[in-house]
Amino acid sequence: MSESQLTQAFVTALGISAEQVTDELTYNEIDAWDSTAHMILIAELEDTFDIMLDTDDIIDMSSVAKAKQILHKYQVNPE
Amino acid sequence: MTTPIIPASDPLLLSEYLTAFDALMAESVFGLEQTDKNLRLLPILRGLQQLHSLRCSEFESIVGAYQAAGGQPSDTVVYLAVRLFKLLELKSISPDQVFKVLQSSGTTAQTPARIILDKPTSQRQSKVLVAILQQVLGKQRLPMLIIDAPSTVRDPSKFNARAAGIQGLAFFGRDHTYALNDDMSPNWSEIHGFCDKYAEQPVLLFGFTFMVWQYWLSALNHAGKFIHLPHGVLLHSGGWKKLEAQRVDNATFKQTVESLTGVKRCHNFYGMAEQVGSIFMECSEGYLHAPHVADVIVRDPVDLSMAGVGEQGLLQVLSGVPTSYPGHSILTEDLGVLHGEDDCRCGWKGKYFSVLGRLPKTEMRGCSDTHAPAVKPYRPGAV
Repeated sequence: MSESQLTQAFVTALGISAEQVTDELTYNEIDAWDSTAHMILIAELEDTFDIMLDTDDIIDMSSVAKAKQILHKYQVNPE
Repeated sequence: MTTPIIPASDPLLLSEYLTAFDALMAESVFGLEQTDKNLRLLPILRGLQQLHSLRCSEFESIVGAYQAAGGQPSDTVVYLAVRLFKLLELKSISPDQVFKVLQSSGTTAQTPARIILDKPTSQRQSKVLVAILQQVLGKQRLPMLIIDAPSTVRDPSKFNARAAGIQGLAFFGRDHTYALNDDMSPNWSEIHGFCDKYAEQPVLLFGFTFMVWQYWLSALNHAGKFIHLPHGVLLHSGGWKKLEAQRVDNATFKQTVESLTGVKRCHNFYGMAEQVGSIFMECSEGYLHAPHVADVIVRDPVDLSMAGVGEQGLLQVLSGVPTSYPGHSILTEDLGVLHGEDDCRCGWKGKYFSVLGRLPKTEMRGCSDTHAPAVKPYRPGAV
């Protein structure tokens, strides 16, 4: 697990640059992270970290910082 | 109950609303008895009425006219006719706060309603929808068979209420598989692939009621095919009008679903673009229930007085969700009947009811009607 894996998942799913993936980046803040992209992101995170996210996780994943918190819950430590 | 003295200042109203709403969201979705629900939901609706009166001048005029007409206590929750959302762009936010504009189903011949959303309202809609659907699906996301064609969501020129519904429900699935080809014929290889892979585990099936009947169940029947998804849950919505014309009721629908697909759990839900999120869900006994943050009132179609249990009338729908537009209390053009309160055999509390169809002579609308080559007129008594 590494932070770079998490960043790469965001880069791949949302089609943005690695520099844009900061803790402060929030859902719907940029056009690239809309509801359609959110589902692609969820699938990408599930593949990258081999986990199954539930519906609460999808709703709660409102920022990059939140994504890290949620991944911690699954014993994934992207630090 | 006594009316709380709510100061007419916008930030305070909003923060009181949010506190009361969050507290209600923490309750059991279908576990509140009606008297408890009234105590919890009414102050929220009254708060929304005050908030929208402050922020939306058209709404303020309507509430003012209603109150001036007299006879009603000043804190009565006023309802708007659903077609007002087609005639007026009702919003309680400034233009720079607009996040999304939802259009209700409307073909070229019709004017679609425009529902103005800000981010907080949109997020609240998602949270409420998740809370309600978790009651029938659990928290896990299930492999999902969508009874529609992939082009419905892929082609932006076709983007409509059906596409929005599919996208909203896709949240609750994984490995999304489309059961139909773009010409609405069954995609047998996709269907068989899905069934082979997931026959022994819970799966989610979703489609609009008419599409499920016409392009899925009828197609299976004509082809003499059966599929086997014994742990599947079918969610469907979008109106019964076209099925009524074919004399298909809910019991027939469910029997057909089970005999052709093996799916034993089948939930219809009732909702509308004007109140996205707070949907009314069919229970195991076949009745629609109001979730914690919403309610329904049946009204006499002539004098609009409240109808009693067992009396047919127009449905008024109440939702604690919208702060960006005054859609918390809407008089629909749908006919329904209240069956009771708190005593449904399924165990869910609150009011339970059925939708009987569209009020005659209203214009055609409904999510699945966007795929309507030739629709027979609604016949009263055909239910």
